[in-house]
Amino acid sequence: MLASLAKSSSLCRGLSHTLRRFQSTLVVAEHNNEKLTPSTLNTITAAGKLGDVACLVAGNNCASVAEELSKVNGVTKILLADNEAFNGLLAESITPLVLETQKQFNFTHILANATAFGKNLLPRLAAKLDVAPVSDIIGIADKDTFIRTIYAGNAIQTVKVLDAVKVITVRGTSFEAAGSEGGSASTENAPECSVKNDLTSFEGSEIHKSDRPELTGAKCVISGGRGMKNGENFQMLYDLADKLNAAVGASRAAVDAGFVPNDMQVGQTGKIVAPELYIAVGISGAIQHLAGMKDSKIIVAINKDAEAPIFQVADYGIVADLFKAVPDLNKLL
Amino acid sequence: MNPFDEIAVEEAVRMKEKKVAKEVVAVSCGPTQCQETLRTALAMGADRGIHVEISGDDYTAVQPFHISKILAKLALEEKADILLLGKQAIDDDCNQTGQMAAALLDWPQATFACKVEESNANLTVTREVDGGLETLKMKTPCVVTTDLRLNEPRYATLPNIMKAKKKPIAKKSAADYGVDLTPRHTVLKVDDPPTRAAGEKLETVEDLVSKLKEAGFYGEL
Repeated sequence: MLASLAKSSSLCRGLSHTLRRFQSTLVVAEHNNEKLTPSTLNTITAAGKLGDVACLVAGNNCASVAEELSKVNGVTKILLADNEAFNGLLAESITPLVLETQKQFNFTHILANATAFGKNLLPRLAAKLDVAPVSDIIGIADKDTFIRTIYAGNAIQTVKVLDAVKVITVRGTSFEAAGSEGGSASTENAPECSVKNDLTSFEGSEIHKSDRPELTGAKCVISGGRGMKNGENFQMLYDLADKLNAAVGASRAAVDAGFVPNDMQVGQTGKIVAPELYIAVGISGAIQHLAGMKDSKIIVAINKDAEAPIFQVADYGIVADLFKAVPDLNKLL
Repeated sequence: MNPFDEIAVEEAVRMKEKKVAKEVVAVSCGPTQCQETLRTALAMGADRGIHVEISGDDYTAVQPFHISKILAKLALEEKADILLLGKQAIDDDCNQTGQMAAALLDWPQATFACKVEESNANLTVTREVDGGLETLKMKTPCVVTTDLRLNEPRYATLPNIMKAKKKPIAKKSAADYGVDLTPRHTVLKVDDPPTRAAGEKLETVEDLVSKLKEAGFYGEL
């Protein structure tokens, strides 16, 4: 009995080894038709842990994205679908393309960034494949077991997926970015599919331009909360951010009060960041905010309320009036 | 009620107040306690409720995969023009159900909505995306999931809570919609997140700058 068990387990190992070779992963690349969204590089690293990595680039005049991706380490193949129909990267038009691609290549895993793009697209795709997707993974235990957070990051769940095809969004801050040089992927056209989408039209977007680094990929993030009192006072944080080459974020209170735009919100329902250094200014540290930043390497809190929960996660805390401390910090740096 | 769902109920009731919608039906899938959630929606202004009972082990293992199937069937049966959902539940943090229901119905979807306007059976929806906002125009029937900034949900007043007790709640089961609740995921374990080591309080901004220097930040950055 024992011997046969041992034999079957070694058989299993052999089988899983063979399976490993046939694992192939598709990453649906996120981009703005000119440049790859940086967190796609983190998703490629996650995909590389599962098997050979192919990338699908769908867009309108997006050849430069395929060019950029072809140099990324770990990517073996690029499927390019350049068509006006993909304008605005609507889930209604990209889903049929991914389904057609899947029909031809039979990927075992389909991944995308856990960003507004991936969160919008992948569940729609999963439903069409009749599989249950996994959102916002922070780790990969094996080819069908994934780790993710629930309850605003207050619990960590390990989930085994029983479906044959795994559809997954990846939390970028939990995986290293793949090197953007040294790869040599081949590019071919994605399978033809007739994209007939007369249900939704993309009317346009209003993207806030900034010279500072992108929030989710920045090495340093400075965030302001309700304590900033108004939008003008955020200028202090922008000045500080420019000295530290940092991105500027905000708590929900600061966004709701209209101090800064919504897309700067860090937290459970905003962006998840994990920079080397996070400086929280005038932020009390509600659970929902902590969910978005508590994996930062070093957390600094500046708050005049010594009892604020933010001090429980801060490596360095200063109990002081931010209107004195931040200008002082600006002078010293 | 999940905060994003409160926003969805509020938006539906506003549509009714603007005469965009004729009727608002509130739906909840889960154990008996869901009826309290439905009563809250009715007190906010929904006309009637549907409780799809899922209890015991089925409820523990139920996922957006199953709920979206129930909602898709139900939307067709009720001849709904707009299916409104929150963008995510704050317990499982999945952010999947609306998108999956839209796929099963082959309806267009507008996720993370912060503004919804109706004209001639079209919806113009502004969405919160990374870096800013974008606008979509969709034909109905369609699916909309709500973001935080769509509206501010009203409080149910006492008279409305009393009135809500008289509104009907139909009781259904997953089998009524032909949905199989076999789990597609197994949760192997749930752990506490790693705890952070206690930090220290510093007296001055100078102390902070020197700590950041020690940690190798300042200068390198």
